[in-house]
Amino acid sequence: MNAPNLHLPDVTRRGFLAGAGALVVSFTIPAEAQEGEVPAAPRAQAAKPKLPGSLADTPSLDAWIRIDANGSITVFTGKAELGQGTKTSLRQIAAEELEVEPAAINLITADTALTPNEGYTAGSQTIQNSGTAIRFASAQVRQILIAKASEKLGAPVEALKAEAGSIAGPNGARAGYGELVSADFLHVDAAADTKLKAPGTYHAIGKPFARVDIPAKVTGGDAYVQDMRPPGMVHARVVRPPTYGAKLVDFADVAVKAMPGVIAVVRDGDFLAVVAEHEFQAVKAMRAMAAAAKWQEQPALPDQSNIPAFLEKSVSEVGTVTSVGAESAPGAKTLQAQFTRAYQMHGSIGPSSAVAMLDNGLTTVWTHTQGVYPDRKAIAQMLGVPEEKVRCIHTEGSGCYGHNGADDAAADAALIAQKLPGKPVRVQWMRDQEHLWEPYGPAMLTRASATLDQNGKIVNWHYDLWSNSHGTRPGSAGSLIAGRLMARHFPPDPARMEITPLGNGDRNAIPFYDVPNQRVNWHFVADMPVRVSSLRGLGAYCNVFSIESFMDELALAANADPVEFRLRHLKDPRARKVIEVAAEKFGWSKDPLPEGRGRGFAFAKYKNHAAWLAIALEAEVDRDNGTIRISHVVCAVDCGEAVALDSIVNQTEGGILQSMSWTLYEAVHFDRTRILSPDWSTYPILRFSAVPDSIEVHVVDNPGAPYLGVAEAAQGPTAGAIANAFRNATGKRIHDLPYTRDRVKAVLGV
Amino acid sequence: MVKLNVNGASHDVDIDPATPLLYVLRNDLKLNGAKFGCGLGQCGACTVMVDGKAVFSCLTPVMLVEGRQVKTVEGLGTIDEPGPMQQAFIEQQAAQCGYCIGGMMMRAQALLEAKPEAGDADIRQALEPNLCRCGTHMRILRAVARARDLMKSKSAGMAPAAATRRAS
Repeated sequence: MNAPNLHLPDVTRRGFLAGAGALVVSFTIPAEAQEGEVPAAPRAQAAKPKLPGSLADTPSLDAWIRIDANGSITVFTGKAELGQGTKTSLRQIAAEELEVEPAAINLITADTALTPNEGYTAGSQTIQNSGTAIRFASAQVRQILIAKASEKLGAPVEALKAEAGSIAGPNGARAGYGELVSADFLHVDAAADTKLKAPGTYHAIGKPFARVDIPAKVTGGDAYVQDMRPPGMVHARVVRPPTYGAKLVDFADVAVKAMPGVIAVVRDGDFLAVVAEHEFQAVKAMRAMAAAAKWQEQPALPDQSNIPAFLEKSVSEVGTVTSVGAESAPGAKTLQAQFTRAYQMHGSIGPSSAVAMLDNGLTTVWTHTQGVYPDRKAIAQMLGVPEEKVRCIHTEGSGCYGHNGADDAAADAALIAQKLPGKPVRVQWMRDQEHLWEPYGPAMLTRASATLDQNGKIVNWHYDLWSNSHGTRPGSAGSLIAGRLMARHFPPDPARMEITPLGNGDRNAIPFYDVPNQRVNWHFVADMPVRVSSLRGLGAYCNVFSIESFMDELALAANADPVEFRLRHLKDPRARKVIEVAAEKFGWSKDPLPEGRGRGFAFAKYKNHAAWLAIALEAEVDRDNGTIRISHVVCAVDCGEAVALDSIVNQTEGGILQSMSWTLYEAVHFDRTRILSPDWSTYPILRFSAVPDSIEVHVVDNPGAPYLGVAEAAQGPTAGAIANAFRNATGKRIHDLPYTRDRVKAVLGV
Repeated sequence: MVKLNVNGASHDVDIDPATPLLYVLRNDLKLNGAKFGCGLGQCGACTVMVDGKAVFSCLTPVMLVEGRQVKTVEGLGTIDEPGPMQQAFIEQQAAQCGYCIGGMMMRAQALLEAKPEAGDADIRQALEPNLCRCGTHMRILRAVARARDLMKSKSAGMAPAAATRRAS
């Protein structure tokens, strides 16, 4: 049970491990380790084969696994539990190769003092990168233990096998793992050719294990950073400007300082906060401060009613995402379409929170950040201290779905804690602060043009997208709200267009379909008047919505069934498989449906190199009030070998419902000066009455195949399938996200 | 001083009586179950039961619950002996991040205590005030239906014993 560690930290890994009564080991985290969603750069020692997963960045086995003299096993991951169930599935992976039960694995997650630097927990990469690293490291450790046992027991390695925490040999000979350890015995680099267990022999991978975190979450246990109450903790609230760039022109703090329970009023430039003994005292003081603060605001936001115009006129650079074959090809028919997506929120149910304490020059921050190392770097810069003087410990928060306010709340707590040495300071944002200040998923504009030949095959495909960067994570201190507001006013990091295989705004901009001639361009918008960053799926949500909407229009133009039309353009067998499974389980047919009902289908391979996912659904459109109700959904997904089947289903169902919410309801509203969506009434999301009657998720398992990211794979296809079901039901297409009631009525001429 | 009865235990809390119940539960009584979500009664993460009814503890001044029975997730069972509602959520693995789940369970508990035979449509309708952002809705609905069945079989199992006691 990884409940938040409420004890004050022992800052070194050496100390942590020694404190646990273990042998002291050396341990190194390479400084150049990967940060964020950037493909690993080619390493200097190019002669060596690339190690699997995150071992490429952190090769030493003892960075990942530790076995104590008493036989206890500790596994370290730089990735964080965000509600995906990875605290459970990573244990399953380690337990598999170490031949123990998952419950025997003590798992330490993202902590700058203890774990490898695996950058951000983002992009559906925990199992793919950390899981792969832990898998290979565990297998190699098992082989090292067998070699040690061979010496100790005097038996050949071929006669030995690992079982239940021991190495067993002939005639009952046996040595427990703890008996085989010696100082630094795992301080060796991972090998690239470690042999893994064969799928037929699994006892943990792919087997049903209940998630380790759920019992505490349903019984009121310590589960979240919000639940931390270290001794002497005080409560802080921040007071934000009314708009991003507003300047504080007048503030009298005298009355606030005299309010009951108030311990400190913090002002640093335009950064305002109050600290009180009791939480509600801090809330009341925050309100008084907000009333006392006078700000100067400037209109700096684009016209919400014409975002495409803003994006088109703000292009700073155009990048080629792909250019394959000829610029154009002769054909029978050419279609064109334009699509848009509004700014959309992460909308975490629990506002961002953090606890920080300055003690003996060390600032410790308990945070639900997705990246403890990058957050530490930005916070250290903000505080003007070396990185070693900040420790970030991941502690779960409410689900984040990307870069929400977590890093900013951590910075707030760290900055406030500087004023109250020795006191743990807990910051929790109010609802309006989360809604108004989180970095949104960027608005997008896309244009597609394609040509069909006489046989109804696509011969030419042009696709252009306009978007900000979808990644403004820390970064420098200027990526943090507190860093921008404080008197030093760190500037935001300049946005750069990066076109990589992982994708950003261009994620999934290249159609996965077989098309001989393709041109795909990103018209990059560096100017970010609305604060934006990574929201689950990045550009894939709008790109797949656009591509899958357009594929249906092409299928109609080719007089083809949408499922058959997709298969016509796909040789990839695993793509075909998920499409066939989804269509079959759904009962895809051309049979007419009652008036107002329609079927929709969509497919994508996430990032074009992660999970394959196909989805079919049925929708009912109420012409009079403009509502779209999704009645049932069938999805098929292939993410390689399934480590934790139920978590894949849970994540995929969640992706479908979240994308349904984005697609049907969600748009951040603003005028030229202020964001106008401070709460759930001005930014409505999915409620139970709109939840489908059924959602089926079929996992196409491929035991032994590499792990592929899955948690974000449903976002784009769900939007595409809803769009296509609406088209099928009404004969009309909506090109703009979200599909609000007003938009539905306007398109239907009601 | 405010007198409170929470999960069957009495507490005297020295607090501003206008303080929302949520802060008292979380900070003074150190109960984690009710969560701060919006402070506006729009999301339901703070839902607790007061005299059997589901209420938003973020909007309820603590003075209004004096002399009434407050129940939180901690009152439904423990990690070692989970109650039927908790058991059902564990069985169905009905959580992703889990932040909304405590509020969901309390609203569902209030429904099932008032209406033990609640149908699937009743459950859906009752949960309308509560938001989940991870998209765990299907499992939450299944878990509440499962809790209803567990409670029914439990009360059915209890009935003869109760009858015996009354008979003696």
